[in-house]
Amino acid sequence: MESLQGYRGLTLKLLRDAGVKVRDHIRVYRGEDVFEGILMPRIELGEKENLVIKLANGYNVGVRVTSQTKIEKVEVEEKPNQNHVEFKVEEKEGLPEVYILGTGGTIASRVEYRTGAVYPSLTTEDLYRSIPELSNLAKIKTKVLFNIFSENMTPKHWSEIAKTTAKILEEEKVNGVIIAHGTDTMGYTASALSFALQNPPTPIILVGSQRSSDRPSSDAALNLIGAVRAAAYAPFAEVTVAMHEWVADEAIVFHRGTKVRKCHTSRRDAFQSINTKPIAKMVENKIVMLTEDYRRRGEGELTLKPDFDERVALLKFYPGFNPQIVEWLIEQKYLGIVFEGTGLGHVGKYCFDSIKKAVDSGLVVAMTSQCIWGSIRMTVYDTGRDLLSLGVIPLKDMLPETALVKMMWSFGQTKNPEKVKELMLKNIAGEYSERLPL
Amino acid sequence: MVDYSRIGLKVGLEIHRQLDTKHKLFCSCPTKLSQKKPEIVFVRRLRPTQSELGQFDPAALFEFKKGKIIVYEADRETSCLVESDEEPPHNLNLEAVKTALQAALLLNSKPVDEIHVMRKIVIDGSNTCGFQRTCIVALGGFLEVDGKRFPIQTICLEEDAARKVGEDEKRTVYRLDRLGIPLIEVATAPTISTPEEAEKVALAIGKILRSTGKVKRGIGSIRQDLNISIRDGALIEVKGVQELNLISKVVEYEVQRQLKLLEIRDELKKRGLREEELKEEFYDVTEVFRETKSGIIRRALEAGGVVLAVKLPKTAGLLKVELEPKLRFGTELSDRAVFYGGVGGIFHTDELPAYGITQTEVEKVKSILGVSGLDSAVIVADKPEKAGDALKAVVERVREALKGVPEETRSAKPDGTTRYMRPRPGAARLYPETDVPPIPISLGMVEEAKKTLPPPIDKQVEGLMGEFKINRKLAEQLLDSDYQGLFRRAVEVGVPPSFAASALTETMKSLERKGVPVENLSDEDILDVFRLIGEGKTAKESFSTLIEWMAKTGGKALEALERLGLKTLTTHEVEVVVERKLLENMDYLRQNPSRAFNHLMKVVMAEVRGRAEARVVAEVVRGCLSRHGIT
Repeated sequence: MESLQGYRGLTLKLLRDAGVKVRDHIRVYRGEDVFEGILMPRIELGEKENLVIKLANGYNVGVRVTSQTKIEKVEVEEKPNQNHVEFKVEEKEGLPEVYILGTGGTIASRVEYRTGAVYPSLTTEDLYRSIPELSNLAKIKTKVLFNIFSENMTPKHWSEIAKTTAKILEEEKVNGVIIAHGTDTMGYTASALSFALQNPPTPIILVGSQRSSDRPSSDAALNLIGAVRAAAYAPFAEVTVAMHEWVADEAIVFHRGTKVRKCHTSRRDAFQSINTKPIAKMVENKIVMLTEDYRRRGEGELTLKPDFDERVALLKFYPGFNPQIVEWLIEQKYLGIVFEGTGLGHVGKYCFDSIKKAVDSGLVVAMTSQCIWGSIRMTVYDTGRDLLSLGVIPLKDMLPETALVKMMWSFGQTKNPEKVKELMLKNIAGEYSERLPL
Repeated sequence: MVDYSRIGLKVGLEIHRQLDTKHKLFCSCPTKLSQKKPEIVFVRRLRPTQSELGQFDPAALFEFKKGKIIVYEADRETSCLVESDEEPPHNLNLEAVKTALQAALLLNSKPVDEIHVMRKIVIDGSNTCGFQRTCIVALGGFLEVDGKRFPIQTICLEEDAARKVGEDEKRTVYRLDRLGIPLIEVATAPTISTPEEAEKVALAIGKILRSTGKVKRGIGSIRQDLNISIRDGALIEVKGVQELNLISKVVEYEVQRQLKLLEIRDELKKRGLREEELKEEFYDVTEVFRETKSGIIRRALEAGGVVLAVKLPKTAGLLKVELEPKLRFGTELSDRAVFYGGVGGIFHTDELPAYGITQTEVEKVKSILGVSGLDSAVIVADKPEKAGDALKAVVERVREALKGVPEETRSAKPDGTTRYMRPRPGAARLYPETDVPPIPISLGMVEEAKKTLPPPIDKQVEGLMGEFKINRKLAEQLLDSDYQGLFRRAVEVGVPPSFAASALTETMKSLERKGVPVENLSDEDILDVFRLIGEGKTAKESFSTLIEWMAKTGGKALEALERLGLKTLTTHEVEVVVERKLLENMDYLRQNPSRAFNHLMKVVMAEVRGRAEARVVAEVVRGCLSRHGIT
């Protein structure tokens, strides 16, 4: 059905009968009106019996189709595009190598003007062409691992990314690895890679764009420039997320993978370091470290621990929360639960029985706060103290999402609940802050 | 007198009017400009995506390559995440759609069945996204002017661009308040055949749009683009004609310019100039100007520049040919040099010696270049690269002159002349705005637009005359003025209708002519003044003074009243003035009792004008004179 994408009902029948497909030049007769132009694909949202054509002046309009409508194909000689600009990549010698791994999102894309379709594109040539600065920064290699919306990313994908990254670091002489990622779950993946790729020799940088790359104003270009510059030259060797610091195309900040969260649906500065500041910043083409507390390049050996166990749930407590949900997880043989509790780390007393049942069944139950900012402290109120005595483990200021990912990873390393508890409480990849900034 | 039909003049119009809707086209910000200092300032860079690079008009690409930084200024009242491109657009404003549908009905145009919003790539920064959102609401139609039918091509809704508030070599500064205000665009077919006709059609379309009651008034709310061509000439797009009564002049001048350029072409051919004789051979003649008295050149040299010169064979005398007032052929070369080289301007031998450049210097340059007889030379002083780019553009422009009139986009100046703006872009680069779903136009929407459609303009005139007992002239002026809504409100607050009408038309117009920035005033500001008059707190005569002060200072009506001392005097206060004046003039009044009333009125009014109604003063004067036995 590709050739008549999106069309249904009577319209589809009339188009088929006329032997027309999308991108054909057509004429539509309806009563005294005649419309002429290129048949465009129909997006699913539109009304059923409308067809969309691009008029000679470039505008699209929808034409309502009735049983009286006549459609005919018009043979038009295609004019070759006169404006095609030849593009040559000038590879500069002696530049550090950077590897870009594509997983999805449209950090780079091309628009097909005829239909307006946007295609993601991640060849080195396309990158150099849309962001010429890159060719002066590094020698770039690219590989598309998969191409999915980030909401479709699962722990299995995290493993794939981790293994591929480890392989690149082992086999290629690269100064850094960049992972292009859709932004919705980029924070989770950053966290996952922080645990799966320990002691990396180079920066591993996730990058995305909040404003789609089919617009000249996209943040993709500067984010990518920041990522490439850091991958090639920055002194830190950690998993980070590189995104805009603010709405201006001025500074890119590098957030530690375990401390970063998407906090806005659309703004360029959606990604924020929680309970800490970013570890570095690129401004005016320079990378500036914002902390002394970071892993240096070349320290230690990479350890790959790519396994995750998905049988962990993240539960947000809310007034009216039904503890049956916990019981259901026990039945489903879940291994662990991370609670996003209220305030300093609480859930309603009426959940205690279910939580006790979970702990008694061998599940690891841990507590984080839905306040996002700040740390939990379960010794202040009775509820907290009761939960502690039920065996709930307090995860201080660890982000709920990071805690979920970490528990999945921990169960990927061991099925022993006691060992998992130990891992959860240990600061492995900067997921705990020593002190919270004023 | 030019015979326009003989030269095959064809003019098409694109009339843009800002709509006075409650919200912007794609968000819920108000459709007004901000007088405040910016609260948020941020920089951006726009990058055309790769597949667009080949499609750009050279000028836009050139601008982009210069790597100019764009600075946006915003305030929270008039801009949100949508204008700053930090959030996807909201749905298309249906109030604007309704107005466009009404315009379509009035112009016999057919609404489309479904509106598809498109993106039109614009990379000068005037749109934060890098594109302008635009959509066709209706197709076809016509209007009749003086018995002739003029076809309409399209009726579109589009976003207004951000307001440019500053520019230098490195950065362009825009204010976001105007971005997203709905614009209605009516495009006619290129069937207009004289300058007068162009103006009349524009006026007629303007009237039709105004009769929807939803268009904004004031400078900047109206913009006309003209497409002008003559046989053998070229299609020239003139952008940004702000005044309706400039249209015929712009067309006349443009025709004149094209005819002159054709004459220049013929003369160049007669002189036997061939394209290959126009060479990009630039000579460094800096040495000639080491001791120059020309301030421009000296400053350029001090800043590390050079003087480059090029020979333009067989062009002598043509560079000074006037194409239209204040625009010589040499100016066209200079405009190109400025645009492509970023230089301040050029010198050419048709105008030298002048500007501190001596005959000796000119001769030296001529001899270096080998300029003789009918040749001329062009000189540029600037950084080597800029000077080179400038001269390249000059040579290219002369090459074009050999062919006739180059297609280009020109911008209109306030005197009706035009200047080079950029090359004409190729076919519009439009692609779908995928963030906004298509909007089906239902029969119900069209019916609703029809039901609420204001009557034709003539009926509106008669309606006003009948309802408010004002004369036809005032009623027509009122409808032309876009102040109809305000007029009704003024009458509601107790101002006599004929006074409100003349104040809003004649008085406002004369203030505008005086250069008073009345566009700074909101409807509320003006209404406040009417309220003061209606409540008797000031006299009708103070209207103009109060409005002028408010427009210039940004102050409010009450403040103006205080500052200007235009509060209405109480009858007692008038009596005090009259008594004082009577005493001062007692001798004269006693000696000339028959002229006493007129004389006393005159001296009292001179003092209280704007603060007391003449009617009240007359009463007091009469009483006072009789009390003192002067009759």
